Amino acid sequence: MTKYSVVGKSLPRTDDPLRATGRALFASDYSIPGMLFGKILRSHYPHAKILNIDSEKAERLSGVKKIITGKDTIGVKYGFVGLFPQTFDEFALAIDKVRYIGDEVAAVAATSEDIAEEALDLIEVEYEELPAVFDPIEAMKPGAPKIHDHAQNNISFMLEREFGNVDKAFREADYVREDEFVTQPVDHVPLELHAALANYDDSGKLTLWSTTQSPYYLHKQLELTLGLKESQIRVIKPYLGGGFGDRVDMSSYDFCAALLSIKTGKPVKIMGTREEEFSFSRRRHPMRVYLKSGAKRDGTISVSHFRIISDTGAYNSTGVLAINIPLAPVTTTYNIPNLKYEGFQVYSNNQVSGAMRGHSVPQVHFAIDSQLDLIAEELGIDPVEIRLKNARKERETTVLGTKIASCGLTRCLNRSREIMDWGNKWGNLKEGKGMGIGTMSFASGASFNFFGSTSSFSAATVRLLDDGTATLLTGASDIGQGSDGTLAQIAAEELGVHLNDIRVVSADTELTPVDYGSYSSRVTMFAGNAVKNAAADAKNQLLEVVAKKLEANIDDLEARDRKIYVKGTPEKGMSFTDAILATQTVNKGMPVIGKGFYDPPPFNFVTSEGDISPAFSFGSYFAEVEVDRETGIIEVKCITAAHDCGKAINPIRVEGQLEGSVQMGLGYALSEHSVTVKGMVLNPSFLDYKFPTALDMPKVTSVIVEEYDPAGPFGAKESGEGTTIPVAPAIVNAIYNATGLRMKELPVTPDKILKAMKGKKSKRRC
Amino acid sequence: MKKLIELKVNGEEYEIAADVNRTLLEVLREELGFTGSKEACDLGACGACTVLMDGRPVLSCLTLAIEAQGKDILTIEGLAKEGELHPLQKSFVDHGAIQCGFCTPGMIMTGKALLDRNLSPTEDEIREAISGNLCRCTGYVKIIEAVKVTAEQQT
Repeated sequence: MTKYSVVGKSLPRTDDPLRATGRALFASDYSIPGMLFGKILRSHYPHAKILNIDSEKAERLSGVKKIITGKDTIGVKYGFVGLFPQTFDEFALAIDKVRYIGDEVAAVAATSEDIAEEALDLIEVEYEELPAVFDPIEAMKPGAPKIHDHAQNNISFMLEREFGNVDKAFREADYVREDEFVTQPVDHVPLELHAALANYDDSGKLTLWSTTQSPYYLHKQLELTLGLKESQIRVIKPYLGGGFGDRVDMSSYDFCAALLSIKTGKPVKIMGTREEEFSFSRRRHPMRVYLKSGAKRDGTISVSHFRIISDTGAYNSTGVLAINIPLAPVTTTYNIPNLKYEGFQVYSNNQVSGAMRGHSVPQVHFAIDSQLDLIAEELGIDPVEIRLKNARKERETTVLGTKIASCGLTRCLNRSREIMDWGNKWGNLKEGKGMGIGTMSFASGASFNFFGSTSSFSAATVRLLDDGTATLLTGASDIGQGSDGTLAQIAAEELGVHLNDIRVVSADTELTPVDYGSYSSRVTMFAGNAVKNAAADAKNQLLEVVAKKLEANIDDLEARDRKIYVKGTPEKGMSFTDAILATQTVNKGMPVIGKGFYDPPPFNFVTSEGDISPAFSFGSYFAEVEVDRETGIIEVKCITAAHDCGKAINPIRVEGQLEGSVQMGLGYALSEHSVTVKGMVLNPSFLDYKFPTALDMPKVTSVIVEEYDPAGPFGAKESGEGTTIPVAPAIVNAIYNATGLRMKELPVTPDKILKAMKGKKSKRRC
Repeated sequence: MKKLIELKVNGEEYEIAADVNRTLLEVLREELGFTGSKEACDLGACGACTVLMDGRPVLSCLTLAIEAQGKDILTIEGLAKEGELHPLQKSFVDHGAIQCGFCTPGMIMTGKALLDRNLSPTEDEIREAISGNLCRCTGYVKIIEAVKVTAEQQT
């Protein structure tokens, strides 16, 4: 008999048939009789004072029911990380001035979308244009346009840390090098557009169906910006068409739909467009990463100095996290004993940056893995060997004091090397062909409590029914990654029932216990543990009764396959259904409800010391590419993606994450770029923003490495965000191997290859 | 200007009065309640709105409702029969081809159109067929597999 009966199996979610038949309702599919349609007026200027807004003409347009501007709000700024109040810097509707092209100025509710759109053209906004700045380096210089009054040199958030003895380590290093890497802004591009349907009813209750990936934070941000009480709001996340970080923040659609509904007393629906999505929603932080490292002759990295300049755009949003999060991977993937880290989150008059899959780590690991190859070459060491030499090992503690209980990086490297036939191929590939490696580590959820909430990070309840099934209530958000299914598997395993015995009610702030949401790759670890604890609580209530009935010791009982029995004698046990009925009878009808929660070990935000996450995933991807020297076109032939996710609760879902990550990383490496000139996105459509189609995908070999971690439910770790990190460095290192061209700026497009070839007579490596 | 439009969707006849500039996607979703077809670009660039018109895949966001008059429209809602999933739908479920599920209806309709005209497509033919359907979650790997396995089971 296998150890687990449900965990570890590649089972579909029980509601996947609804997604296959088109019956799954997404936020944009909802409608309420009598609802109005909203549209949002946005700034055309990157930086300007608002002198006056005249909406009279628009109000006279037949069908227009309400127009709101900043004056209709309570004028409270919001943000994402409440621990740093100065980063609460954004009005839901602009009041004093606009800070980027797309800043929200007004919103209209009308009887149709067409009328609402027409009304936008009739709203007259008088602006006084202000000087703008679009490059964070320029923005930090004295005399640069000031974007927020509180921010000196436009620095929105800064982090400076030093661990070990950096100066000494550099002095003693045999080899030191400095490089700078530049990454571009890219968009999340979830397939579903933003949508919000708000219904403020006569009892004073606001219900919002939203494309959010964190109903809890959205609820909190609505409380703050609307001045409502917690009990007056209900946020529901229906089926959601992808998130990737785009939807952790409150969107203007959420806020405007809610306020318009409050003002009109009618339901209001606002749908985003693809152009808005590309131009005005959050995007991945473009970064400049300066990296200086020192190594011993044998390739041991002894010291690293990172200086990261990140463009947060007009507002901070998740900018605090974007600067804090890389501290983990720069110290966890490789054993760096001495570290200097300087991170600057800088305002500009660009579109606002926010969390995106891997949250800063794809940018930073592009630098780490690129430089590691450069060091390896200079020291004459094989790229796999230099990684194995420096690789993190299990049961180590990082220079931050973060304990690493499990680590499969060495196994990942060895498996990928074997599958890619590295030993025979490396150095022997034909001209124009090359291989490269990228690596990563990533938090299985960050131990940050942004709002200083007293509730736990994740909580869940499990209610047992008379028919032997269970209803799981969790605040966790299935945004497409499959968390409803993963959490149901965890509940089923713990209870000892089948997967289709579990119904999941999730992500509804009225019904489900608090869970902070789907971000920082936290759901399997945080919500998974909460669910496991809740299921165990429910099960234990049954075991107490069954133990008496069977005259057995409670510790000798096992629940599995819809039965509870003394270990080793399943034929003599009691059915799960009978156990529930017996428990309710003994307890005079008291329902069997299990409760559970999870909090991570503490992390000190002030000193950056401690366990930034309960556990880390690790991975290594190997890419093989072919570069056409005539056209500069790069074809990625294959990628082997090895990932240590701890115990894979659902292997096919982990594979799905790896394959999807390859696609997203491929775009990041080679083709995706929100081309932005003077604050304006020039390619806001699928025709001009090139994300990989089925024809662009290389062969992907997914390798799941399972290093059990004691912190995870059944030993599981993350496999959602970290998986996208190694793709770009693997491809860029392979391009170098193929051409001798060291590309330090993403994306590596054919024109850059041709230009680089002209620029220097390339020597092929190996 | 509104016009009476007769549409045959999933075997049922409908008569609606709609402005002539209304797209088939708008009418399907907003007038007839077939919300399985999705809007994700409104530009004919993502395939999420794909339906079959007389057996051929069309982008319903680029097709006027009035153009669909007299044609046989099949949407994702018309694929399962008597509660039984179409083999392609079942295959998508079983092979992990669905993550968020937003592209799924369009992807399945495109897949069906392919299998209707080509009983045993090669992997390259599947890739080509679905290359106009964008998916941000799966990397297409399991979608291609789901279509391939369905084809193999049918032949």
